Amino acid sequence: MVSALVLNDVHVSYHGKSAISGINLKVESGTVLGIIGPNGAGKSTLLKALLKLVSIDKGSIEIFGKTLEENRKRIAYVPQRSEFDWDFPIHVLDTVLMGTYPKIGIFKRPKKKERDLAYECLEKVGMEHFYNRQIGELSGGQQQRVFLARALAQNADLFFLDEPFVGIDIASEETIVDLLKDLRNLGKTVVVVHHDLSKATEYFDELLLLNKHVIHAGKPSEVMHPEIMLKAYERELSFLREAGVN
Amino acid sequence: MAFIEGLIQYDFLQKALLTSIIVGIVCGVIGCFIILRGMALMGDAISHAVLPGVAISYALGINFFFGAVFTGVVTAIGIGFVSHNSRIKQDTSIGIMFTAAFALGVILITVLESSTDLYHILFGNVLAVRPSDVWITLIIGLIVLISVYVFYKELLVTSFDPTMAEVYGLPVRLIHYFLMTLLTMVTVASLQTVGIVLVVAMLITPAATAYLLTDRLSVMIFLSAAIGASASVIGLYFSFTYNLASGATIVLAATALFFVAFLFSQKQGILWKKLNDKKNRHTLQKENI
Ligand SMILES: Nc1ncnc2c1ncn2[C@@H]1O[C@H](COP(=O)(O)OP(=O)(O)OP(=O)(O)O)[C@@H](O)[C@H]1O
Ligand SMILES: [Mg+2]
Repeated sequence: MVSALVLNDVHVSYHGKSAISGINLKVESGTVLGIIGPNGAGKSTLLKALLKLVSIDKGSIEIFGKTLEENRKRIAYVPQRSEFDWDFPIHVLDTVLMGTYPKIGIFKRPKKKERDLAYECLEKVGMEHFYNRQIGELSGGQQQRVFLARALAQNADLFFLDEPFVGIDIASEETIVDLLKDLRNLGKTVVVVHHDLSKATEYFDELLLLNKHVIHAGKPSEVMHPEIMLKAYERELSFLREAGVN
Repeated sequence: MAFIEGLIQYDFLQKALLTSIIVGIVCGVIGCFIILRGMALMGDAISHAVLPGVAISYALGINFFFGAVFTGVVTAIGIGFVSHNSRIKQDTSIGIMFTAAFALGVILITVLESSTDLYHILFGNVLAVRPSDVWITLIIGLIVLISVYVFYKELLVTSFDPTMAEVYGLPVRLIHYFLMTLLTMVTVASLQTVGIVLVVAMLITPAATAYLLTDRLSVMIFLSAAIGASASVIGLYFSFTYNLASGATIVLAATALFFVAFLFSQKQGILWKKLNDKKNRHTLQKENI
């Protein structure tokens, strides 16, 4: 079977300053991949490169053996929560409904079929009772669940989530992790940028430890090895040592 | 009432009323997208940027619509070009480009000694609307309303989540310039009613008022259109009755409506919140007893 993602020697820079370089990576379909690494490691940059939101200087990216353009409708992206205007006049259900737009196409409007789908997706994340709340009137975890519902409504094969667990309650986090695993069991591929190292082993099938380069990619038990982690977090650790923490 | 009698009696007043109602509606509709995308300054910029186009049109003897839309769109593209291709931020780029266009317009009007009355372009003179202007306003109104109806979904998603729109393959930049073109057309349609200087108020104030009253974009658009149209009628009434500049009276009518919503709207109104706080405190106190 063709791999979900194949990256070959990918380089990205901002204004001539390299952000990530020499990234080689292969992700099979039906995997939940976690991308971890210290601040500024280039995790978000890697996601953006995959989605061509930033251009790559060098290298190649294949998605399901093809280009991004041929796969746009098979991809759902959940940006970081900080990227939204939470005062926007939109309700929860209408937000989820947006997930159906890519497949409806231009000139047409969502009909009952799409509304039903959006409602079902809200049920999956346990947010159906909030369907007519303005999105700013939700807690962080509820907002994240709504955006996951929107991604579900896209009926995608490949999901990208940037830091979905930041600032959310534990119940929402568990709901989301369970749903991601359900997706994986359906053969979908899920890529998650993640901050909290403690849960990484439980949540992901594969881990990519990044710090400008690929430090290590593989099974969580393998990557979460102290010696390997040290390579990525060296700077953070020396900072801690200097601060007198042991 | 003299205003009603005047309406029945005078053809020019009927034309004025019709144009200003259309302008109120269309500005209200486009204004919603302008404020939600944080482009209020852009609205002001485009309205000033049409001035050189108006001057050239008069010199060439063509309807001012064509020249105005041309220089408006060119300025919008210029603003985008400068901010995308340098570290200059969008609002700075807007400041550079629109003042340049406006200055050029002032010089052109002086040099070409066009019959254009600068004062009327700047502040509007709705009572001097010609039949051809009514037609242009009507056609622009239809184009704008149909476009927003047809592309509602795309305008919504690019306003709320441009990244998602880009990821699923929408031409986000093209949609931006399309909206800029609609904005320019709306501005041109508003020239005679409220004038260049005050167009931005018609774009922003009714939309902002509607924004206070609802949290659904579709409802906001209808409310904003209704508020814009009401402001036009009220403003025109005062303009006619007290012989005041129509642009100024219409804008002040819109401002008055805004403050009513600001004070009383259930969702965000200042007074309403105060009253609610009091009520809540009362119930709390009662519960404590
Ligand atoms: N738009 C940008 N312009 C210039 N430099 C950028 C831009 N975005 C990111 N960078 C730089 O690229 C590097 C990688 O940033 P990126 O946001 O990908 O890191 P990250 O791993 O997601 O970090 P975090 O954990 O803080 O989210 C950083 O050094 C950052 O300063
Ligand atoms: Mg990041």
